[in-house]
Amino acid sequence: MNFYFFASPATFFRLAGAMAPMFFVLAAVSGAIGLYLGLAVAPTDAQQGEVYRVIFIHVPAAWMSMFIYLVMACYGAMTLAFNTRLAAMMARALAPTGAMFTFVALWTGAFWGRPTWGTYWVWDARLTSELVLFFLYGGFIALANAFEDPRRGDRAAALLALIGIVNLPIIYFSVQWWNTLHQGSSVSFKGTSMHVTMLWSMLLMAFSFWMYSAGAALVRCRTLILDRERRTRWVRALS
Amino acid sequence: MNAVANAAPPIASSGSVGAGFGWSFVRDLTLAWRHPGETVLVVAFYALVASLFPLGVGAEPQLLARIGPGIIWVCALLAAFLSLPALFATDYADGMLEQMVLSPHPMPAWVAGKIVAHWVASGLPLTVLSPLLGLQYGLDSATLGTLALALLLGTPILSLLGAACSALTLGARGGGMLLALLALPLFVPVLIFGAGAADAAASGLGAAPHLSLLGAGLILAAMAVPFAIAAAIRIALD
Repeated sequence: MNFYFFASPATFFRLAGAMAPMFFVLAAVSGAIGLYLGLAVAPTDAQQGEVYRVIFIHVPAAWMSMFIYLVMACYGAMTLAFNTRLAAMMARALAPTGAMFTFVALWTGAFWGRPTWGTYWVWDARLTSELVLFFLYGGFIALANAFEDPRRGDRAAALLALIGIVNLPIIYFSVQWWNTLHQGSSVSFKGTSMHVTMLWSMLLMAFSFWMYSAGAALVRCRTLILDRERRTRWVRALS
Repeated sequence: MNAVANAAPPIASSGSVGAGFGWSFVRDLTLAWRHPGETVLVVAFYALVASLFPLGVGAEPQLLARIGPGIIWVCALLAAFLSLPALFATDYADGMLEQMVLSPHPMPAWVAGKIVAHWVASGLPLTVLSPLLGLQYGLDSATLGTLALALLLGTPILSLLGAACSALTLGARGGGMLLALLALPLFVPVLIFGAGAADAAASGLGAAPHLSLLGAGLILAAMAVPFAIAAAIRIALD
């Protein structure tokens, strides 16, 4: 089978339809285990008490908000470099999920900040750059839908995604560069300063969010394909 | 005036970076000079908004001296944003942009010329006027100098990033609001370091790190953004 076989919307439509349920099952299973470990098994934090458990939503959501932007920008680069239709549709399909995770990260962060820092919001470097990321997602979605010709919106939004990618290292390294209120990372590839149950719970939740994002993007991409290709014979044959 | 606006790019057998830059720079600057209204509006908006804040937050001298640099920066940012929608849109509407793309000069060269002309007509007057506004806010002389220097380094970045967003939104629905949604988040780092430089100077710390970062940002943007704008114009004219 040719490597480019699934670059055609018609073949990818069926592949996405088969894969999306699998991603959702993986997301549900790992999410259930992760939440059980995180909420019932993991020990209470010595300094923060029970409130730290919001970490199991907050950190994976923040990871996904940046990771999805990176993936979206890669699809944007493919759109501009190869002028492929499917890459642009995947970029569009990822943007709402990325915006949702950015919002979840900000929202849960506010609920974590209130008991631990004593405030819902500070103008800290990481919070500000994450808020900028949220607006970048918003700008991407708005620009992609601002043109009569959807291909024009695809390519303009792809270029915007590539320009906005300078924000990602700023978010990621903000706690090291500015050393502000937001704490640094407890997890790295060299080791971790967390209890092993906490770490596993967080990684399972991150995996769950990742699988959910893939499933949601595929479902959204399928509707985009149907919309764009509604005049083709194979879509008419579906109904 | 029409002779300038509609004059085709000079016909040459081979294009060059310098000629393309010079031609579009002189053309846009001549247009701005013959339509001084736009520059005057930008400057008037800047001074007007800056004078609204003391009426809004109260006229205590200590408070104004503390928030002055930040307010002047935000006003400069909004004023610079004001002239962005027309940067490429008029040339796009009357077909001039297509003629410029067809000219033999490399696109990033004449795009850079347009941006520098835009900065001279909007960012530079804002920078020059900033010490005057700073005096009204009661800033000391060291802070005034740092603020003007930060604006001198920062407003070209605003022109570059704003021009990229302006090119991306050519022919889009809801142009002005969309442009605000795209451009203002990208302006945030410039605002942070620009206002940070003046704040650091006001509190007696060195402003050098902030100014160095602004300068680095300017070099990076000046290198990369004209190419991104060239790509955006190609997308718009596709």
